[in-house]
Amino acid sequence: MTDKEFTLDDLRRILLQAAGADEGTDLGADILDTSFDLLGYESLALLETGACIEREYGISLDDDTLTTDALTPRALIKTVNERLAAARS
Amino acid sequence: MTGASAPVAVTGLGVAAPNGLGAADYWAATRGGKSGIGRITRFDPSGYPAQLAGEIPGFDAAEHLPSRLLPQTDRVTRLALAAADWALADAGVAPESFDPLDMGVVTASHAGGFEFGQGELQKLWARGSQFVSAYQSFAWFYAVNSGQISIRHGMKGPSGVVVSDQAGGLDALAQARRQVRKGTPLIVTGALDASVCPWGWVAQLASGRMSTSAEPTRAYLPFDRDARGYVPGEGGALLVLEPADAARARGARVLGEIAGYGATIDPAPGSGRPSTLRTAIRVALDDAGAAPGDVDVVFADGAGVPELDRTEAEAVSEVFGSGRVAVTVPKSMTGRLYSGAAPLDVACALLAMRAGVIPPTVHTDPCPEYDLDLVLYQARPAELRTALVVARGHGGFNSAMVVRAGE
Repeated sequence: MTDKEFTLDDLRRILLQAAGADEGTDLGADILDTSFDLLGYESLALLETGACIEREYGISLDDDTLTTDALTPRALIKTVNERLAAARS
Repeated sequence: MTGASAPVAVTGLGVAAPNGLGAADYWAATRGGKSGIGRITRFDPSGYPAQLAGEIPGFDAAEHLPSRLLPQTDRVTRLALAAADWALADAGVAPESFDPLDMGVVTASHAGGFEFGQGELQKLWARGSQFVSAYQSFAWFYAVNSGQISIRHGMKGPSGVVVSDQAGGLDALAQARRQVRKGTPLIVTGALDASVCPWGWVAQLASGRMSTSAEPTRAYLPFDRDARGYVPGEGGALLVLEPADAARARGARVLGEIAGYGATIDPAPGSGRPSTLRTAIRVALDDAGAAPGDVDVVFADGAGVPELDRTEAEAVSEVFGSGRVAVTVPKSMTGRLYSGAAPLDVACALLAMRAGVIPPTVHTDPCPEYDLDLVLYQARPAELRTALVVARGHGGFNSAMVVRAGE
């Protein structure tokens, strides 16, 4: 579990599973620096996305990671990979 | 025109029923006496005393809703969102052309999103709390249909939910009419219920009023001497209400008018005092400025439980005279849809007025003691201007609504 890298494709898959995709939002586009808000995900969708990541990767995110700290896919991917690295060491 | 007695028009219908998805299919089936009651397919009912339901076949939510809404909605909310879309399209309304504060949503609910809740409880017990969906926070809730319709169409005016079992369907329409009269130009209103899932089923069985017959044509027999309880179903209807003059001014087709409403609560069981249903009917007639002789058809509640059928038959006979008004129970083809039943009956009444026929009550061989002019076996041609819809909820709720044909 813990030697996995968390990628943008992993995030796309989990977003779709947890909350679907807004009409007019192309998750396949270059979304790394587009805010979750602009992508159409409100706080509850992000809470559910965070819970899915935690379950699949066996890590724990802070409650406000997705709602205040990691507001874009790039920031979230970085945070998740830091947690994965910490869990490995 | 607003004000306490301003006419309020129905301009759109959205229907999801066990015998028809969409108003056109529902009406074709209902006028033809086609029942949607059968053995449950949504789960294996073999371990339960009641095994029949009115299920809606062929509803694929992904065909009707964006993927964003699927992980966060119960089946009942998906049906309600589709029905709201159909009702607005039927009314010729583009919500984006209204001020958000000029549109509201008032629904009724009997159970909320039960199947969603069941799934999350199963995750909680089998896998742990971290597996429970964040969307459980609202997806189960009674007000969820109002909330999701409001969000989807940007309707931020007066909104809410009414919870009074089967009577709630009329209570919601009455609240919507109140809000239109107080100045809101458009309200989406009505109800759908859908909890044909094991958890929902055991909750419904607790009433002790469900039929345990396994024969779809013998299980739910309102006003029959062999009445033995009811068969539940899923679905209902949503309506678009507008001030009648504004609707005409925008060129809308007026399907009819919500002309009168009355509601009462029955005395406590064992008090020896009679049901107040007749009062609810009289209040609704007075509110509509209608005499009993003006009513062309009664869409009865049709509990299918002998003592409740008797109470309703007595109330109808007392208000209208024995056998003096045509009575029908189209829900004999759908099962009882809880809050969804009465809005579906109101939609049915409006469709019946347009077609000039009264849809039948199926499967019932009426008990002669009740002395009702039940429309049986097949539709009866009739010129219909005024209909009365009756809805009674568990716990003593009685509601009655007078509906008039559009011009």
